[in-house]
Amino acid sequence: MSDIMPTDSAHDPPSDISPTDAGSDSGFDFRNLDRRWIFLAMGLSIAIPMLMGVVFPEHPSQEVLDVFATVEGLEDGSSVLMAYDYDPASKGELEPMAAAFVRHCAQKKHKLYFITLWPAAVPMLQKNIAILNREYPEYTYGEDYVNLGFRPGSEGVIKVVVTDLKKLYANDVDGTDLNELPLTANLKNIQSMDLIINVSAGTPGAKEWVQYAATPFDIKMVAGVTGVGYTPLVPYVPNQLAGILGAIKAAAEYEEAVLLEYPELRENPATQEGLRKMGPQLVAHMLVIGLIIGGNVIFFTDRRRGV
Amino acid sequence: MKRTVPLAIAAVTGFVLIVSYFIPYMQSWGEEAMIWFDILAAVAFVLGGGNLLKTHLQKISNRRAGWGFSIVTISAFLITLYIGFSKMGVNPAENFPEFSWSGDYLAESGGFGWIFHHIYLPLAATMFSLLAFYIASAAFRAFRAKNTEAMILLGTAFIVLFGRTHAGIYVSQPVVDWLTAISGAEAGSLAGLRLDRITSTITSIFIVAGNRAITIGIALGIVSLSLKVLLGVDRSYLGSEE
Repeated sequence: MSDIMPTDSAHDPPSDISPTDAGSDSGFDFRNLDRRWIFLAMGLSIAIPMLMGVVFPEHPSQEVLDVFATVEGLEDGSSVLMAYDYDPASKGELEPMAAAFVRHCAQKKHKLYFITLWPAAVPMLQKNIAILNREYPEYTYGEDYVNLGFRPGSEGVIKVVVTDLKKLYANDVDGTDLNELPLTANLKNIQSMDLIINVSAGTPGAKEWVQYAATPFDIKMVAGVTGVGYTPLVPYVPNQLAGILGAIKAAAEYEEAVLLEYPELRENPATQEGLRKMGPQLVAHMLVIGLIIGGNVIFFTDRRRGV
Repeated sequence: MKRTVPLAIAAVTGFVLIVSYFIPYMQSWGEEAMIWFDILAAVAFVLGGGNLLKTHLQKISNRRAGWGFSIVTISAFLITLYIGFSKMGVNPAENFPEFSWSGDYLAESGGFGWIFHHIYLPLAATMFSLLAFYIASAAFRAFRAKNTEAMILLGTAFIVLFGRTHAGIYVSQPVVDWLTAISGAEAGSLAGLRLDRITSTITSIFIVAGNRAITIGIALGIVSLSLKVLLGVDRSYLGSEE
C-alpha cells in the first residue's frame, strides 16, 4: 500500500522519538518534546472540563448587549430574516449563538424566515427550527415561521430576494407554494424585514448580506460569526451592522443576556450550550499560553548558552 | 469566437448590473441578469461533479501518489449521489402523499440525511477541531519573541487569550482593585485596565483601524480588476488559449 498512500513526513513524529522515551539520556528534554504529548494535553484540557460540566460566570459585554438590544427592541411579532450560512465544520462554534437567536426571537414572538446560501447548511436550519417545534409548540409553520432553504448563487441570491423573492423562491423547502402560506403569501421581498440576523462561517455570509441587502436597502442587521471571521466585520459596526457576536465567548455572553431577561429559560440546559463551552475554552487558552511561555523559555535559555 | 462570445457576455452583463444599480428604470434588467447568474451557478454544481470525476479518474489511471484516496473519493461521491437522487428511504411529503418522491431528500429517515448526520457532520467537525491541536503544537514550537514586533504580537495574543475567557477577569480584577486602592481613584474608574476590557479596546480601535485600511485597499483593487475584466483587458478568467 505504500505507493497508494502519500507520505507526509512533516506530520509524522520523528521515528527515533516516542512519547515514552522522548528526550536525551539525562532525562526529559523539552526541546524535542514529541508533539503527541501536546496533542494529549490539548485533548485532556478540552475533554475534562467538558465532561465535568465546568461553567464560569459570564458578563455580557457592550458589543453583545448592542446585539441583544437590537433584537429585544423590536416590537413583538416583528419580521426577522434568519440567514444562517454555516456548515457542520463551524457547528461547534456557531450553533450556540444560532440557537440563542432563535430562542430570543421566539420569546419576542417574532415571525421568522429561515434562509441559507450554503448547501450544507440546510440541516443546520432544520436543527434550529426543531428548537421552535420542541420548545415553542405555539409556533405554527407557515404562520409564524417558514423555511426557505437553499438556492445556489451566493450573493446573486441576495440580489434577487432583496427585490423579488418569489423569482427565486416559488416554494419553501418542502415544495409548498409560498403563495399558499399565510406568512409569505403577500411577501414581495426581504425589504419588508425588520431585522436580518445572519450567522455566518465565511463567504457568502455576513459581508455579502451587509453589502447587497442591509446597506443599500437600509435594513437593520446583526451578525454572529466565527473568531476568524470577526475582525474583518468589526469596521461595519455600528453603521452597517447594529452589532456583531464573535465566536463562542460572545455566544455565551448572549446566552447570559437572554437568560437575565428571560430567567425561566434557565431551567432548560440547552439554553446554556455556549456557557458550557467556555470551560474547555478557558483551559485550552491557558494551555496555549503555557506552551508559548515554555517554548520561549527554552528559546532564550538556548540563546544565552549559544546553542 | 470561443473567447469573444464569453468576453461579450461578461462585458454586457457587467455593464447592465452597474447601470441598473444607478438607473431605477433599468433595475429589472439587473434582476434578470442575476436570475441567469443563479441558474448558471446551479449548473456549475454539475460541472463541479464532472470535474471531480475527471481529476480523480485521471489520478487513478496514472497511479499517481495518493490514488487510493481517489478511489475513496469517487466511491463516496457516487454512492452519496445515488442515495440523494433516488431519495432512498425518504417518505412522501405530508402535503403530497400521492407522490412517492415528494419527501425532503434530507429527511432524517432517508439515506442522504443519515449520511449527512452520521458521516459528513462528524467528519467535518473533526477536521475543523484538529486545528486546536495544531495551534497548540505551533504555540510551543513557533511563537518566539525573537524581535520587538514578535514581542508586541505575543503580548497582544496573551491579552486576547486571557480576555476571551473568565480568566481575564479573574486575573486582572485584583490588580485593578489594588491599583484603585493605592491611587485613591474612584471605584470602577480603572475598570478599563481589566484584560477583558483591554481585549475590547484592541478589537474596537486597533483592529478597526487596520481592517478599514485593508478593506479600502481591497475595494479599490476590486474596482480596478472589475473594470479590467469588463473592458476585456484581463482575460485570465477564460483560462489558457488552448
